[in-house]
Amino acid sequence: MLRRLAWSAATLLVMSLLVFAGVYAIGNPVELLINPQADQAEIARATALLGLDRPLWEQYWMFFRGALGGDLGVSFAASVPAITLILERMPATLELALAAMLIAVGIGIPLGLLAGLRPHSWLARTIMTLSTLGFALPTFWVGLLLIMVFSVQLGWLPTTGRGATVDVFGIPLSIFTADGLRHLLLPATTLALFKLALLVRLTRAGTQDAMLQDYVRYARAKGLSECAVVRSHVMPNILIPIVTVAGLELGSLIAFAIVTETVFAWPGMGKLLIDSINVLDRPVIVAYLLATVSLFILINLLVDLLYAVLDPRVQAGDAR
Amino acid sequence: MSTIALPTRLLAANFARDRIALLSFWLLAALLFCALAAPWLAPQNPYDLAQLDILDAKLAPGVKSSAGSTYWLGTDDQGRDMLSAILYGLRISLGVGITSTVLALALGVISGMTAARAGGWIDGLIMRIVDLQLSFPAILVALILLALTGQGIDRIILALVVVQWAYYARTVRAAALVELKKEYVEAAVCMGVAGLRILLRHVLPNVLPPVMVVATVQIAQAIALEATLSFLGLGLPITEPSLGLLIANGYAHLLSGKYWISFFPGLALLVTIVAINLVGDRLRDLLNPRLR
Repeated sequence: MLRRLAWSAATLLVMSLLVFAGVYAIGNPVELLINPQADQAEIARATALLGLDRPLWEQYWMFFRGALGGDLGVSFAASVPAITLILERMPATLELALAAMLIAVGIGIPLGLLAGLRPHSWLARTIMTLSTLGFALPTFWVGLLLIMVFSVQLGWLPTTGRGATVDVFGIPLSIFTADGLRHLLLPATTLALFKLALLVRLTRAGTQDAMLQDYVRYARAKGLSECAVVRSHVMPNILIPIVTVAGLELGSLIAFAIVTETVFAWPGMGKLLIDSINVLDRPVIVAYLLATVSLFILINLLVDLLYAVLDPRVQAGDAR
Repeated sequence: MSTIALPTRLLAANFARDRIALLSFWLLAALLFCALAAPWLAPQNPYDLAQLDILDAKLAPGVKSSAGSTYWLGTDDQGRDMLSAILYGLRISLGVGITSTVLALALGVISGMTAARAGGWIDGLIMRIVDLQLSFPAILVALILLALTGQGIDRIILALVVVQWAYYARTVRAAALVELKKEYVEAAVCMGVAGLRILLRHVLPNVLPPVMVVATVQIAQAIALEATLSFLGLGLPITEPSLGLLIANGYAHLLSGKYWISFFPGLALLVTIVAINLVGDRLRDLLNPRLR
């Protein structure tokens, strides 16, 4: 466990160095930020104000010291601390990612189970064909198709934005209002599709494997109904790897939300990243990356702990 | 044993037994042909502004142009024939996908073999880099790289190589470690064959085929990723429009009901990706000794 934590901290440090060096090597944000008619003195003043006239390592050191105290610099464009911008947008992204994961798990596992129990039925084949399609469809194009059908042609659902939100413990959430849910449905479905296809495959493979095991034969020999065999013998065994993958994929959902958020103009941190890249808002880019990396590391740790709870054979201490 | 020993004809015959895979193969061949022959097949050169007629902008599929020819897939906001644009876009998408995958495969094989052979701190270093990189989603890594390097066809190929190589490196290293312990390698060492020669002539042919099959499917992934990045405005510049950029262009007109500007490039993208996936899956099934 300690080793895991040390590795996580090292990852974070290396990433911050890489990202910082990379991000600060591109372009000159001063040119974008101030009036093009500004004279030399004004440019120099702006550069000094942003700390851009100092050597790179000094800028990193200032950044590093600030980062330890939770200060990731001030957004060049918005003049607000970058971390504030990220934290403002984070709930929207997390909500979207979690909703997508819920859809993927809620539909993917039952479908995979169906396909795995009767691998040669037409239903299983249809499910598998659809899952291949789900793998192949580029996320952003699915989003466009959904907008085209449900918003433009049928007019059932709104195209963009987040809709009405309700504050829960001071965090604005869409899932508790009807309008918010209507806004959430299309982006979450779009984002879920790829993971859904993945979970169908995983569950199917796991089920097929499990059905051939001795414990299933034994359970049947005891006279248990097929339903009981699946519920109390197959499910617990296949759920372990599935939960692991689902957990780890949550991180990639957060990353892929960048695309979905852009298509649906969902005000999350992914859209913030794209906007910041376009105006070279370095502190926000760095803050986004560090926030995302920290989220990933946190998710990995949580998955490890969950794994130990689900599978009594694994003790958290043994995991290296 | 080595999968490369399978006679090619037997492989082809086995491959053809699956109708869907065979269909995908021919579809893929047709797409490749269309991409290569785009300048001769396309009704117009979509990037020669002299050939575009702004009066023909945003025409629906099947409408006749002012010059009398038919726009089978409609036109975009600049009066560009979508069919021609898709043929040219396919060329770029396939080109970027294949080039980046081949380069990534080469880099992955070299670093994977080096790690397996060298061991020690070199192995440790390469594998830590691989671990670090694989712990982040490809799209995030590619996005950041492109944000740093700017747009351009060489930049996007670089980004796609960077996100793919680590996966091959890990696979090749694992396979090479297994092979290096086998008796034929020992025999070659006893015969005094030079180390590099053993790696290239004995180990590589046994390591390569399974990785190459994975690479087939990876081409589809690379194409999809490139399309996504271009859609976000970080991939290819407007002068070299891939399918992703065409879709992005049409996005603005989607809400006014002009679906064809993004729909057809998307369809072309989808068909390409599905065809590559089906061919790749079939190859993997055939070459996987566990399933045979």
